[in-house]
Amino acid sequence: MEFIWAIVIGVLYAAGLYMIMRRSIVKIILGLSFLGYAANLLIFVVARLTRGNPPLVPNGAEAPIPPYADPLPQALILTAIVIGFGVQAFTIVLFRRAYRSCGADDIDELRTTEH
Amino acid sequence: MHSLILATATRLLLPLMLMFSIFLLIRGHNEPGGGFVGGLVAGAGFTLYAAAYGVSQASNMLRIDPKRLIGAGLLVAVSSALLSLFLGLPLMTGLWYKEPLPVIGKVGTPMLFDVGVYLVVIGVTVTITFSLFEAEGE
Amino acid sequence: MLTAVLSGFGGAIAAPWLHRFAPRYAGWIAALLPLALMIYFISLVPAVAGGEALRFSYAWVPSLGINLSFRIDGLSLLFALLITGIGALVLIYAGGYLANDPMLGRMLMLLLIFMAAMLGIVISDNLISMFVFWELTTISSYMLIGYKHEYEKARKAALQSLLVTGIGGLTLLAGVVLLGQVTGTLEISDMLTRGEVVRAHPLYSAILALVLVGAFTKSAQFPFHFWLPNAMEAPTPVSSYLHSATMVKAGVFLLARLNPVLGGTEVWQLSLTAFGGATMIVGSFLAVQQTDLKRILAYTTVSALGTLVFLIGIGTDEALKAAMVFTLSHALYKGALFQVAGSVDHETGTRDITHLGGLRAAMPITAAAGMLAAISMAGLPPLFGFIAKEVQYKATLKEPILIGVALVTNMLTVVAAGLASLRVFFGQPAHTPKHAHEAPLSMWLGPVVLALAGLGAGLLSAQVGNALIGPATSSVIGKAKEIELLLWSGIEGAAGQALALSVVTLVVGVGLYQARSIFGRIAAAAAPLAPWGAEGWYQRIVDGMLALAAWQTRMLQNGYLRFYIGLIITTTLVLTTFMLIVGRVAITVPADWADVRIYELMVALIILAATTFVIRATSRLAAVVGLGFVGYGTALVFLLFSGPDLAITQFAVETLVAILFVLVVYRLPRFGNLSTTGARVRSAALAIAGGALMTLLTLVALASPTESRVSEFLAENSAPRAFGRNVVNVILVDFRGFDTMGEITVLGVAAIGIYALLKLVLAPEHDEHKAAEAPSGDGVPRERAETIDV
Repeated sequence: MEFIWAIVIGVLYAAGLYMIMRRSIVKIILGLSFLGYAANLLIFVVARLTRGNPPLVPNGAEAPIPPYADPLPQALILTAIVIGFGVQAFTIVLFRRAYRSCGADDIDELRTTEH
Repeated sequence: MHSLILATATRLLLPLMLMFSIFLLIRGHNEPGGGFVGGLVAGAGFTLYAAAYGVSQASNMLRIDPKRLIGAGLLVAVSSALLSLFLGLPLMTGLWYKEPLPVIGKVGTPMLFDVGVYLVVIGVTVTITFSLFEAEGE
Repeated sequence: MLTAVLSGFGGAIAAPWLHRFAPRYAGWIAALLPLALMIYFISLVPAVAGGEALRFSYAWVPSLGINLSFRIDGLSLLFALLITGIGALVLIYAGGYLANDPMLGRMLMLLLIFMAAMLGIVISDNLISMFVFWELTTISSYMLIGYKHEYEKARKAALQSLLVTGIGGLTLLAGVVLLGQVTGTLEISDMLTRGEVVRAHPLYSAILALVLVGAFTKSAQFPFHFWLPNAMEAPTPVSSYLHSATMVKAGVFLLARLNPVLGGTEVWQLSLTAFGGATMIVGSFLAVQQTDLKRILAYTTVSALGTLVFLIGIGTDEALKAAMVFTLSHALYKGALFQVAGSVDHETGTRDITHLGGLRAAMPITAAAGMLAAISMAGLPPLFGFIAKEVQYKATLKEPILIGVALVTNMLTVVAAGLASLRVFFGQPAHTPKHAHEAPLSMWLGPVVLALAGLGAGLLSAQVGNALIGPATSSVIGKAKEIELLLWSGIEGAAGQALALSVVTLVVGVGLYQARSIFGRIAAAAAPLAPWGAEGWYQRIVDGMLALAAWQTRMLQNGYLRFYIGLIITTTLVLTTFMLIVGRVAITVPADWADVRIYELMVALIILAATTFVIRATSRLAAVVGLGFVGYGTALVFLLFSGPDLAITQFAVETLVAILFVLVVYRLPRFGNLSTTGARVRSAALAIAGGALMTLLTLVALASPTESRVSEFLAENSAPRAFGRNVVNVILVDFRGFDTMGEITVLGVAAIGIYALLKLVLAPEHDEHKAAEAPSGDGVPRERAETIDV
């Protein structure tokens, strides 16, 4: 079943790459979001998909009942999601600032330090 | 963005979200949840409140400067990591209280660490949204 | 011994304070340190002359065989005495020469650093620590040449010397490393016993070439000679010390030091005599064409350095002895002559010999010292320079071509000696920019002492031979050797032939001096060839490098974000595809449709549809809504495949991002279509290729087995040992808590950054005139300053 998600990951990467190569700065922000989703899904899928058995230890047991989902990539992704939020917010505010200071909505206008 | 519906809904939602966030934090060690999620939920609650009633009211509600929450959270996390050093154990060794407490279950330094994470995440989200609200309100 | 080297660095630190508290006597006080060191080294003379070598070692980087070890043998001692003795005189001289310069403290500091580093070179017994000191002299030379940094010429000359000797230094390092690998040691004293191994090794020629480039650049051998005359931009004390007596001899020292290891082969002899000989002739020929006193001396220094390399190349015991004698004699007379030239420049305001003449009346002491030194340079008895020339001729007697080279060089050296002394001190007094008078004590002491030392060494040649030259020659040869150094060795055999050559040299030299105007004409005729000389090529290489750097920066750093991304994607694509093909990676597509649940397919389709929607969206709001669908879709994927923590986190973040976008989206610029269709097609092609690659890589990763023992360990120990049943959370707060600590710190920093970006207030431009009037304590108009309101 993973092959479907491999395709989804490819499409998300393609969308992200396409969007960050645009000139409109809003599109670049959206592109970064796409890349974030794609990367998180990539890690998640490559660790194999498991249906309905999260890595939780049942009450009283010593270990989760196999075949449980791999907990390590999940921990990595969890922090990546939150950090991704921080980065996204930072980018949004940075571009907002650039737009307000220089009036630039085109990334090509930000090539030099003069405006 | 002052809408009566949002204002009324938020008045009810905020206490619920805060309770839910603390619930997520406490049970996070054993069930899905934890400091990250809990902090995000609480942060979203305060953000909604600020959207409905304005930043100054929301700040009053929060009582503490969100940037201080970031610092406080980091401090809690670092202290939880340092505690084991006083017992001559390596940094970040988990220390646990022997008897489980009612409702919360066993307590130990990793949970304190999670509280630090929780505070940092609230601080971060609220700092970002509040300052954006203020900037847009100019 | 360690103290001897380190005291120089200590003294360097103290020098600026010294200058602040005792500006008039700073030079004199600073000179006490080298003087004390010289006395220390003199006290070692009897032991070393008796054949002992003193050794001291301190493990520095033992794992790499790098020790801070020092060893004093005859060769080191000769150089150490020159460094400290001339160092003391130069410090005194500098104190007088730069008496009114507020930066004198810096000069003294740099001179002391240089002295310590130079001492380090000559007494190091470890090639790596010697290399470190070697580079320290390069750096201090750079600083000293650029001392008058407000002049562009000085900066250019400093950079030129740094580039030439710096590249040589790197080459030398490569040679040193190879040498260490071949011999299995970096200690010079061990290496000296393994010369056979090195010379028979297939890497010998590579080592030799690398070491020679290092030595030749440092010692200004043709074709790297051009930096030395340009280094005359430095104040005269520097020229006298670094660029005649000591630093430029470091390359020669290195060749002498490694002679027992690398020397004696045909290629060694050939390359050293060829480059040395070429340098001798080119240097002396250029010297007599100059009119600037310092440049005359600089080119004769080039020529003298050539002579030393030439003699080491000949490699017979007689030639090596001649090299040591000449090292001493040249240091004495050239150090004196440079200081004389500096005094003349200082007192008359010019050092152009066509504007100088008859100064002996106004500057009698300086003139006497200068004449004495020049007589030594010309090679007249009873000065030490005479002995140096005699032994030099004796060393060349076997080969006519060697005699020829030495003869031409020495004749031209006689002319140069005349230009530097007779031309300046005799004849008609010329009108000079400043009214000439005698230099102060601090500035005539050095020349007088050095010139008298040249006379003394000539008269006491037997003692000097036994105490200094003999031990030094023995170290260069590699075994003990008695030598005899006489002022008068008769007219029998070799001695008589050498004497005859001396007479010829002098007669022709004096004749050429009388006819010196022809050199000016030759110089004028050769002027158009200048761009094709070594310096022209240097300039061309430097310009070429700059042009290349500018070009590649324009190409690669052109400021277009999409260009960078495109480049990254293309590079990754090419490299990965290459590896996939080379590694013959089999890609299986397990299209097991039976295993796909219908609701999972729905989620996948929703994500794909929303993605397409965002790309095609024409309004910002539509795009944001579409993106939200992608986000919630991802959260559903996490939920479906056993990642409840991820799912709720993603939901919470999506909600917050939605709020963020709603807050900001209408304040952000319009959703313009700025790119041309062509650009869009190109990016689409690249993006699709990149996406396809990621799909491919995912499939490759899925085809390889997963046996994560780490995950297993974490899952099994979570409950019993970390008292948590949610393994993901236990990883975050316990097993990998340190990572989480880093991550929440990053989050905090991001939030503070966002806060600063939002609250940072820049004064509007039209308020500028108001701001300028505003009172300000620190010179910055307060309203212009960036303020963060915390």
